[in-house]
Amino acid sequence: MSLLMAQGIKISYGGIHAVRGIDFEVAKGELVCLIGANGAGKSSTLKGLLGLVSHSGDLRFNGERLTGLATHAIVARGLALVPEGRGIFGRLTVAENLDMGAYLRRDRDGIKADRTRAYELFPRLAERNKQLAGTLSGGEQQMLAIARALMGRPSLLLLDEPSMGLAPLMVRKIYETIARIAQEGVTLLVVEQNAHLALQISQRAYVMESGVIRLSGPSHALARDPQIRAAYLGD
Amino acid sequence: MDIFTQQLVNGLVLGSIYALVALGYTMVYGILELINFAHGEVTMIGAMVALSVIGVLAGVAPDLPGVLVVLGGILVAIPACMLLAFGIEKIAYRPLRKAPRLAPLITAIGVSIILQNLAMLIWGRQYVSFPEILPTTKFEFLGAHISLLQIAIVVLALTIMAGLWLLVEKTRLGRAMRATAQSREVAELMGVNVDRVISATFIIGAAIAVIAGVMVSAYYGLAHYYMGFMLGLKAFSAAVLGGIGNIAGAMLGGLLLGVIEALGAGYIGDITGGFLGSHYQDVFAFFVLIGVLVFRPSGLLGERVANRA
Repeated sequence: MSLLMAQGIKISYGGIHAVRGIDFEVAKGELVCLIGANGAGKSSTLKGLLGLVSHSGDLRFNGERLTGLATHAIVARGLALVPEGRGIFGRLTVAENLDMGAYLRRDRDGIKADRTRAYELFPRLAERNKQLAGTLSGGEQQMLAIARALMGRPSLLLLDEPSMGLAPLMVRKIYETIARIAQEGVTLLVVEQNAHLALQISQRAYVMESGVIRLSGPSHALARDPQIRAAYLGD
Repeated sequence: MDIFTQQLVNGLVLGSIYALVALGYTMVYGILELINFAHGEVTMIGAMVALSVIGVLAGVAPDLPGVLVVLGGILVAIPACMLLAFGIEKIAYRPLRKAPRLAPLITAIGVSIILQNLAMLIWGRQYVSFPEILPTTKFEFLGAHISLLQIAIVVLALTIMAGLWLLVEKTRLGRAMRATAQSREVAELMGVNVDRVISATFIIGAAIAVIAGVMVSAYYGLAHYYMGFMLGLKAFSAAVLGGIGNIAGAMLGGLLLGVIEALGAGYIGDITGGFLGSHYQDVFAFFVLIGVLVFRPSGLLGERVANRA
């Protein structure tokens, strides 16, 4: 059974239909990408999953219906979203940001172990743990946002455009980390404009266009698809 | 008697009270960017409820020490005002959470008028006097008279401020409050029940306001259904002076405003050659407010306004 199962998801803002009825699923242990151009409805889809915008359709996580639940309740069920623009708390320290990621957890020892783990994964954060997060560079903030989401031990981690606004070197670093997180067994759904990167690291992908899913399949196959190559890979 | 030291002492006492009320304004503004104009009235209701209880207690148990009687009044008024603030937020502000900012602001003014009138109906238009049950011991200090009550007010206020500081900086709830103040959406993504954090902010502010309300009525010896208006405005000015949204700023702004006001009142007669008297003391708070808004809108400890937007 799929970890996440979405059927006929629709999202609209006033009269604008951002997502027009899409089906997708993520199985446990998979790394799935959602690619597409600006305004295709990718971010709206993620926000819909987390209850930040309301959606209609059938959305199930571990078989349980998520539609209509408050965001904090959805998070409590094991979903975590690293939002577009990272959403770090700039006036909290790095360490406090990580603590916020573990907000719903009560196991002190487990939190401590995971914090050590986060600092191993991102040594830059360890050096800066007492600094206000707002003083970090863009790439460091992205690292912090990912590390913070992992602190909640989510069963499904959603990343919204983790490469956005970062220097190429930093983008590679972030994606190496994402691959490593996936190897460790975390299930991931990554939204990305950079189709090249997305298809490289993921097992499966969905291609979104104007609020609908146009194509889907194994990433290596999509990467060879002439349509995709022309539209998203710049051939 | 040294007028400077005396007014400094008076100012610190008054300033501690302003600071406590200002905390309520600044905490709510920090989280909702709402100026909760009803906060002054919550302070007033707190004083009124406490005074009623104090009156009853003093009547049925005349042998009880005054401090305990006042404590009894406070202990009844705190839960009452916590409930009141919880209700105000839930009924009046929460439905407007996504409305343009002017709507909740006007609602806040409406709530404040409702509470004033309610208090007038319950307690009447007359001044309610604070029974003389507290010790009136006075000390001489550097040429100034300091009463035990004044010392108690300042010490208690500073203790509450330190406690609030610890709550906000060191506890899980405090961290959630600071996170919510920065981004409600991201706080939700961390699993924070933002509605509950906002309720908690209102409730904590109300509890502190009750203590401030009792302090001010004990200090002046009376309470009145209209007392929340001026007290609220001054506390708001203090919050703006310190940098609204900033908790340390509210504390500093309150103390500073109290001292400015007291020194102003002490010397205004000399400065204007007797033309204006000390009853013009209220003017100074608003001079300060205008001055801050013109020269440093972000307040003493506030961040640049652009960062907040």
